[in-house]
Amino acid sequence: MAARRHVLPGFGLTLGYTLVYLSIIVLIPLSALFLKSFSDGWEHVWKTITEPRVVASYWVSFGLSFLAALVNGFFGVIAAWVLARYRFPGRKLLDAIVDLPFALPTAVAGIALTTIYARNGMIGHVLEPYGIKVAFTQLGVFIALTFIGLPFVVRTVQPVIQDLSADVEEAAATLGATRWQTFWRVIFPALLPSILTGIALAYGRAVGEFGSVVFISGNLPFKTEITPLLIITKLEQYDYAGAAALGFVMLVVSFIILLVSNGLQAWDQKRRGV
Amino acid sequence: MAGAVSTFPTRVRTPRRATAESPVVKVVLITTLVVFFALFLVLPLFVVFQEAFSKGVETFLKTFEDRATAHAVKLTLIVAAISVPLNTIFGLAAAWAMTRFQFRGRALLTSLIDLPLWVSPVIGGLIYVLVFGAGGWFGPWLRANDIQIIFALPGLVIATIFVTFPFVARGLIPLMQAQGHKEEEAAMTLGASGWQIFWRVTLPKIKWGLLYGVILCNARAMGEFGAVSVVSGHIRNKTNTMPLHIEILYNEYQIAAAFAVASVLSVLALVTLVVKAYAEWRAERQLMEAMQTSEGPNP
Repeated sequence: MAARRHVLPGFGLTLGYTLVYLSIIVLIPLSALFLKSFSDGWEHVWKTITEPRVVASYWVSFGLSFLAALVNGFFGVIAAWVLARYRFPGRKLLDAIVDLPFALPTAVAGIALTTIYARNGMIGHVLEPYGIKVAFTQLGVFIALTFIGLPFVVRTVQPVIQDLSADVEEAAATLGATRWQTFWRVIFPALLPSILTGIALAYGRAVGEFGSVVFISGNLPFKTEITPLLIITKLEQYDYAGAAALGFVMLVVSFIILLVSNGLQAWDQKRRGV
Repeated sequence: MAGAVSTFPTRVRTPRRATAESPVVKVVLITTLVVFFALFLVLPLFVVFQEAFSKGVETFLKTFEDRATAHAVKLTLIVAAISVPLNTIFGLAAAWAMTRFQFRGRALLTSLIDLPLWVSPVIGGLIYVLVFGAGGWFGPWLRANDIQIIFALPGLVIATIFVTFPFVARGLIPLMQAQGHKEEEAAMTLGASGWQIFWRVTLPKIKWGLLYGVILCNARAMGEFGAVSVVSGHIRNKTNTMPLHIEILYNEYQIAAAFAVASVLSVLALVTLVVKAYAEWRAERQLMEAMQTSEGPNP
């Protein structure tokens, strides 16, 4: 068995190159973040990450991102279902455009969304008479975060719907279940792990998002300021340790989301027997 | 028997009445999706082009005659031309190592390769400031030797590499995993060298997956904003890439010019989507062919 593992050539070369490149680009610089955070001692870290302005930014970055991920969960499942199950003219076009937020530069999305939702913008001026302001409010941040998280739920749930075997649905139908019952009791439980995985992925992306948010948010302290922007503010004040401490907090949150999503993915694969 | 078979066409995917939603539900769901996508995805794209041409084609074209804009376009091309090939070579090496061999820690390595996707782009810039910046690890040494990385081209390149790090590898690993390596082993028994196997056997098998990974990597490299924003210093005619230039124009209320530059990047995004749709279709076909041939004479 041991001999079979290395039949093909290039193991040392490719793995070695992978590890060296990974270390130089990702691992060593990331370790600088850890070391730099604590260079001015624990107290400085604690003071930085509990400043009222910083704490306010956590709600915008972590809280609104979560709401956006939930909304993406809802629409993402509808989108995945329609794209996987129904055949109608224009389906391929809709399917292709799902990935737009992934391919479109964030700054482009940022200025486009701001223009649409500004007071005189296409949607903004419709909402204005009702007293709904979007640009430069938390609602605007929420919309930008929903936009960039959109592809994740669709793309994790869609293949699972495609792989669902028709047998169980047929069995449910022959046993007298209504279509609604079949969906809630048979299909939805089968999709749940992938839906949660998709939501976790969308959340992970939204938490760190910068480009699409900074334009529409207006960056008002205590209101629409996001944590990544505060990192940049600290850097501009040459407060390297402060910037690193905030980066550290964000990194910890990202790691937790990563762990949760890996766990969900493993659960999904176990459930589906992949 | 024949009657029974025709009532239960188990292999046919088209759902029958009992396992399909009522037409009303169908129409409602499709309409919801179309409206949601129109408002959320198509409208922003439409606005980019509308605003870009709001002052006429002439103004649009004039934007690119501006020296600072022309420089931003050039710089963006240079950054992508360096970072995309480097990540492509890495992606190929990583995919080869991870799919052709079994070794301990493979799962961990997969997570580490994905790491940059999970990290905020701003952190992607921050870490290099901490390493190479004036107050960073190598700051004093770099300064003594008159080497500038932060607020210069090398910083832009390395931050871009970080943000686009996993794209090629992520595209290739599942594909090469699914394809297996029987053909490579066959080529080896016939006396092919490692490079011959790669160029003549593996590369033709993976070319569509590779192309998509490279195109996506390129689109993200040219459009990167957060990470590059941190390391650039926003020096006009020097370290301003297209997305950063969009921000400057926008903040100076040169809205039409900002959207003109944005429209170029949007076209790039659209091309990426088209290539993705095509490459996915080709990669799927390659995979099906591979599965058919590996099944051998069995029907």
